[in-house]
Amino acid sequence: MVSTAENKTQYKVVGTRPIRHDGLEKVTGQARYSADINLPGMLHGKVLRSPHAHAIIKSIDISRALALPGVESVITSADLPQPSGRVADLGEGAMMNPKFLSNNVLASDKVLYKGHAVAAVAAADQHVAEEALGRIDVEYEVLPPVLNAVDAMKEGAPILHERLYTAENPFVRPGGLRDDSDPEGGSNVASHFVFELGDLEKGFAEADVVVERGFRTKAVHQGYIEPHSATAMWNRDGHVTIWCSSQGQFAMRDQSALILDISMSQIKVIPLEIGGGFGGKTLVYLEPVAALLSKMTGRPVKVSMSRQEVFEGTGPTSGSFMKVKMGATKDGRITATTATLIYEAGAFPGSPINPGVQCMFGPYDIANGRVEGYDVVINTQKTAAYRAPGAPAAAYAAESVIDELAEKLNIDPIDFRVRNAAKEGTRRLTGPVFPRIGYLETLEAAKNHPHWSAPLEGPNRGRGIATGFWFNGSGPSSATASVNQDGTVSLVEGSPDIGGTRAAVAMQMAEVLGLPAEDVHPSVGDTDSIGFTSTTGGSSVAFKTGWASYEAAQDIKRQMIERAAYIWDVSAEDVDLTDGVFHHKSDPELRFTFKELAGLLLETGGPIVGSAAVNPGGVGGAFAIHIADVEVDPETGKTEVLRYTALQDVGKAVHPSYVEGQIQGGAVQGIGWALNEEYFFDDEGCMTNSSFLDYRMPTSLDLPMIDTVMVEVPNPGHPFGVRGVGEVPIVPPMAAIANAIKAATGVRMTNLPMSPGEVLKALWDSEESKNSD
Amino acid sequence: MMAEKGPKAKALAGGTDILVQLRGRRFFIDRLVDVKGVPEMNELSCSAEEGLTLGAAVPCYRIYEDDTIQSLYSGLVDAAFLIGGIQIQGRASVGGNLCNASPSGDTIPILIALGASCVIEGPKGSRTLPVEDFCTGPGQNVLQDGELLVALKFPPPAANSGAHYLRFIPRNEMDIAVAGAGASVVLEDDKETIKSARISLAAVGPTPIFAEEASELLAGRAASEGSFEAAAEAAKAAARPISDMRGTAKQRIHLSGVLTKRALREAVARAQG
Repeated sequence: MVSTAENKTQYKVVGTRPIRHDGLEKVTGQARYSADINLPGMLHGKVLRSPHAHAIIKSIDISRALALPGVESVITSADLPQPSGRVADLGEGAMMNPKFLSNNVLASDKVLYKGHAVAAVAAADQHVAEEALGRIDVEYEVLPPVLNAVDAMKEGAPILHERLYTAENPFVRPGGLRDDSDPEGGSNVASHFVFELGDLEKGFAEADVVVERGFRTKAVHQGYIEPHSATAMWNRDGHVTIWCSSQGQFAMRDQSALILDISMSQIKVIPLEIGGGFGGKTLVYLEPVAALLSKMTGRPVKVSMSRQEVFEGTGPTSGSFMKVKMGATKDGRITATTATLIYEAGAFPGSPINPGVQCMFGPYDIANGRVEGYDVVINTQKTAAYRAPGAPAAAYAAESVIDELAEKLNIDPIDFRVRNAAKEGTRRLTGPVFPRIGYLETLEAAKNHPHWSAPLEGPNRGRGIATGFWFNGSGPSSATASVNQDGTVSLVEGSPDIGGTRAAVAMQMAEVLGLPAEDVHPSVGDTDSIGFTSTTGGSSVAFKTGWASYEAAQDIKRQMIERAAYIWDVSAEDVDLTDGVFHHKSDPELRFTFKELAGLLLETGGPIVGSAAVNPGGVGGAFAIHIADVEVDPETGKTEVLRYTALQDVGKAVHPSYVEGQIQGGAVQGIGWALNEEYFFDDEGCMTNSSFLDYRMPTSLDLPMIDTVMVEVPNPGHPFGVRGVGEVPIVPPMAAIANAIKAATGVRMTNLPMSPGEVLKALWDSEESKNSD
Repeated sequence: MMAEKGPKAKALAGGTDILVQLRGRRFFIDRLVDVKGVPEMNELSCSAEEGLTLGAAVPCYRIYEDDTIQSLYSGLVDAAFLIGGIQIQGRASVGGNLCNASPSGDTIPILIALGASCVIEGPKGSRTLPVEDFCTGPGQNVLQDGELLVALKFPPPAANSGAHYLRFIPRNEMDIAVAGAGASVVLEDDKETIKSARISLAAVGPTPIFAEEASELLAGRAASEGSFEAAAEAAKAAARPISDMRGTAKQRIHLSGVLTKRALREAVARAQG
């Protein structure tokens, strides 16, 4: 369903649903993913991983492994340069000290989580490589691990990084190390910061009701279906080619160059199709390892992860501890709020605490507020970005408290949000002022949706809502497009396609040129074939690369108009392009279809190539509201989601089917996070559920149809009004389901996941406290 | 072939457990003997008079696609149908599930409830024993080196009988039981009184459990909620679960009761026709 708030512009291509350009290859199995690469003479690599959550590496003896026939090379961090110092921005708010990035790829002096890579082998086949791993002798001095942020912040807690200092400014990236001369010891708190607005004391004094709650969420994995795999060939001239699937070939190139200490131009990264990323494929893991093994052996080397390695060796998103206090007046106006968010970064600094804090109260106009954030290292996997990094946990806490306030004040939860809604001109608690946004329109659409008014009958059933905000991203992006003589256009862009963006980007070019979507052929270029393009993340691609494509189309249009004018011997100012036809503004005789003119290019001056390189501002934030109906089995604690509707301001949906797909996918990942997904660790810090059997993502049998409503409030900062759409749908589900469980059972769940065992326990506790009253 | 290698040999039927365990380096063996070609292990014969003979290598799909089994042993069909997905059911065998001896094995409780027995062949001849005596611990069973589970034999279903197996899982499919319960009941001709019953539990002890007291107390009682409640309490007393990431001991004991009740309700409904 599309609900258009104010966009009356009629487009020919944008807003239609053509078959995606890469669809046939994908449904026939022809598309090449990272592990599909096989090269002549290729060796197979395997990574040895730490069995301990926290230990000093005393020594590594590789001699027995090297002696095994078929083993060509064994590497450890001693074979990598050890970078230090400056902190790099890796996109999606993930900040990283290069030393830490390198040490995560191969541990140096310490292992910091079970599954931490320690060494790697290249061998004739996978079995030999695997056997060789068992012959690498590592001597560990096992240290006590610290497995959650609260413990890690305690006096006397085991310290992961002896030189890590606490950054006290949200605009200073965490992960800095003290100088060796600094006598101060290290801390597990990498970052601590506060945002404040207004007068808290006055705000809480004005409140008629105050709600205060604590929340705990666990680490959850992105759960992409395609495990990581990288193949590298280090040529004798020092140039390296890397084949891998990632969310950014340039990020893979630059991070690999940083770790290998070579120039970025020595590396060419060829992007392959990506079987899901959701933020988790923004960091290098295997790429530098494969490259180094290739350098050592002179042969191409492929290294692939098993599912267990994906769970144990790559980044989930943070677990968190959160406290929220919020006051409101009887008539439902929020007077003040405070929140403290502690995010677990895993083994190295850089949890998404900053975006979490910034998005937490995004939907609301709050006069008096204070939010405090902590980034804390613990002995678990280094976290990586995951869909709206940081925002879902924060929204779970905020939206649960708002639900409770609305309930206490006996105000409809949508009305409560309308009364406090952020709109154009509202200053966010964290500083920025909103441009035109569609939160109110989205709330309105929810209020009018048949789901909201549908009766929900039967025992143990409840309905809940929650909203969410994600600011969306932008970044540098490049596109080049060549006009073919048959009237089609070949478009090369730099954004790996994880959400149907080839189609969305090509359609924006087709719209400008008056071509059908099918006549623009998009492909994702390697790092030598297209200009720099920032990572596919932050829901940025339809916006930024769409913009690059729009500008490259304008470039083609301008050149084609000039060419037509040249052929007709008229002034270019008198020529225009309308509905795919170049025509003279006053002489109706002078006209070329796009195809006719394309066919004349070579004989009238040469080919035409349009290009654009952009770094657009004008990002439009996204808002969502989800409505969930659940039934809770009081005997087992199991929650069944009966009905689910996700409404979202999508700006302008370029390809509505893929926008709907993004909304559904985000909602489903959120439902999994809400109900069953979590990392389990034993007391020694070893993950015990590193398979899809015990890491429970929802299957199709666990879900109702996710209904979607696209509300279109165009982003004034983009030529077609595009807003990022992929991330915000994972923000509301946890609170929507928690609020529905509250409605169904009377019990408010303040820990995630709300698994059957946890719900059952909460039901028993509530029964017990009733009995003792 | 198996005796030659002693403990270093294992039988391969559907392979859905053993191949995963070998890849996971849970144990190391020298010989894997594919038994899918052994005729006795592929026998599937079923009649109201003779009962059911289920070869140990018969995959699950053959069970639930068999109309006679569906009508006579619907409880077994419940279990065969919820192991893995369609692809797994094309390979996985009930015999293999039993030999794997997982405390949470989904077919074992219903075998116990239905009073099935194991036919074992080995270098020293053949022997038969009740399923409830087969598993000895997690992953452990009574088979000696060189012995093979050949078939499972089920007595013919009594008049007015019914059985059901169900488990509790956090998802709706593709999951491992937090707890499971199987029940079979034989009703008197009045269809209101329980003549006899057998109740068994999964995932609440080192082996699947035959809940004897819960079973016996039902004999002669009305097929009513009150009786089910009493059996559920006795089943809870028989459960000896551990706490792990799949569930706490307290939760599992509680679920043993809930599932016993639910299994009995359905078994009685089936017995009443």
